[in-house]
Amino acid sequence: MNRLTKKIFAAVLAVVSLGALAGCGSSTVETSGPKITIGIKFDQPGVGYKEGDSYSGFDVDVARYVAKQLGYSEKQIVWKEAPSAQREALLQNGDVDFIIASYSITADRKKVVDFAGPYFVAGQDLLVRSDDKSITSAKDLNGKNLCTVSGSTSAQVIKDNFAKSVQIMELSGYAECVTALISGTVDAVTTDDIILAGLAHAKGNGLLKVLGKPFTKETYGIGVKKGDSQLVTTINAALKKMVSDGTWQKDLTKETGGTGYTPNKEWNPPTKFNAENSDETVRQ
Amino acid sequence: MNEMMTLLSNYNVPAAFWVNIQLTLWSALFSLILGVILVMMRISPVGSLRGFATAFVEFFKNMPLTIIMVFMLLGAFVQLRFQFSSSFSTNFYWLAITGLSLYTSAFVCESLRSGINTVPLGQAEAARSLGLSFFQSAGLIILPQAFRGSVAPLGNTLIALLKNSTVAAAASVATETSSLMKTMIEYNASMIVAVFLIFAIGYVILIIPIGLLTTWLSNTLAVRR
Repeated sequence: MNRLTKKIFAAVLAVVSLGALAGCGSSTVETSGPKITIGIKFDQPGVGYKEGDSYSGFDVDVARYVAKQLGYSEKQIVWKEAPSAQREALLQNGDVDFIIASYSITADRKKVVDFAGPYFVAGQDLLVRSDDKSITSAKDLNGKNLCTVSGSTSAQVIKDNFAKSVQIMELSGYAECVTALISGTVDAVTTDDIILAGLAHAKGNGLLKVLGKPFTKETYGIGVKKGDSQLVTTINAALKKMVSDGTWQKDLTKETGGTGYTPNKEWNPPTKFNAENSDETVRQ
Repeated sequence: MNEMMTLLSNYNVPAAFWVNIQLTLWSALFSLILGVILVMMRISPVGSLRGFATAFVEFFKNMPLTIIMVFMLLGAFVQLRFQFSSSFSTNFYWLAITGLSLYTSAFVCESLRSGINTVPLGQAEAARSLGLSFFQSAGLIILPQAFRGSVAPLGNTLIALLKNSTVAAAASVATETSSLMKTMIEYNASMIVAVFLIFAIGYVILIIPIGLLTTWLSNTLAVRR
């Protein structure tokens, strides 16, 4: 190795190790006191969303409240992304203490994880452009274009039950669907109503509205490791307090306000924290 | 094992694999045609053609496939309104094939070029001294030998293409295997390992024969020098 190559090599090494040091610094800030790791979605505006270093959304609000009731301050919370397909594994491995990530309670999931809650009862609904008068129910989607995220069966539910000739586009995230909706490539976006309301609030600029006629019942629970009934009881007590002291309503309004959206009154706010299963039966 | 049987009876896994196989076959056809054209350009006596082909190959070879797929959907279709059909599913299917073909053609071109490098320079010189034109010497002398010499890398490209076809999900082809796998995990959280194994085994079953076939073909066809 000649001298120039050696110098370049040394310089590159120095830069790389500086980078590594910087990485250390940012990941270990404020190690005071115990930590609680909470799994949330990073890509659902209004529900669980990460923008730079700040986290927002209704799930995040609930997580903060519950963590506070458990005795953890805001600074002691470590947020971890919990994509749909990884939620069970994260809990089983103990990578997170609990998960609040638009996590529907189902009988099958109860086989591997335990649920506290529900803290919200959502239902599949449609998001459309405010000036589009042609869509008033899922039946009006015949011949229209519908967007959902890949791996979700929400669009198939509509095709099977309401509109046989609907055209489906699957994108990697809901934010992309909203872009397609605003640009007119698709006429509607479908998933659970609270996610749609959060999207309309965060990205819609008043151009979008949620139809407000949910046709499934999704009970959102807080996933904990199987067998930790102590934690379930504590979280349920915290949720009960959150609803009774008005924080629940205040946070929901904060995340979905200005979109004309109100959650299904029959189901919300939840009064029984019995981890009731979601009801996927489609209401016509 | 029971779990896998339940899953297989509840979901149409072979249909999803069939979508991937179709994507692979169409893309293999188009990328082979495009790859041959590109490699002809790269060995052509015209400088601008060589330059264009080099730029094309380097561009697509070094571009992540996901980005190409997302561009086909959000760039080519949503923004530029480029569409094959007014039916969404047909349109996305062909957009995905276009993306896969563009990407794979770069690798086909490189595989063929490695085959061309096995053809001794004397062959081209002999062809030229016989008075053959560029197309005659390429089509009759160089490429046939190059193909025989590049069976193995072409086989590897085909295997990579079959695996890459799962990225079609990024172009909204929702019926292929990785999309079905996501759906199955979503609704069968207690059987994630079984879901994973079904698809892993499925791909192994598809890919091992391709590997064996190309090894055999490569041994049989290679020009002994």
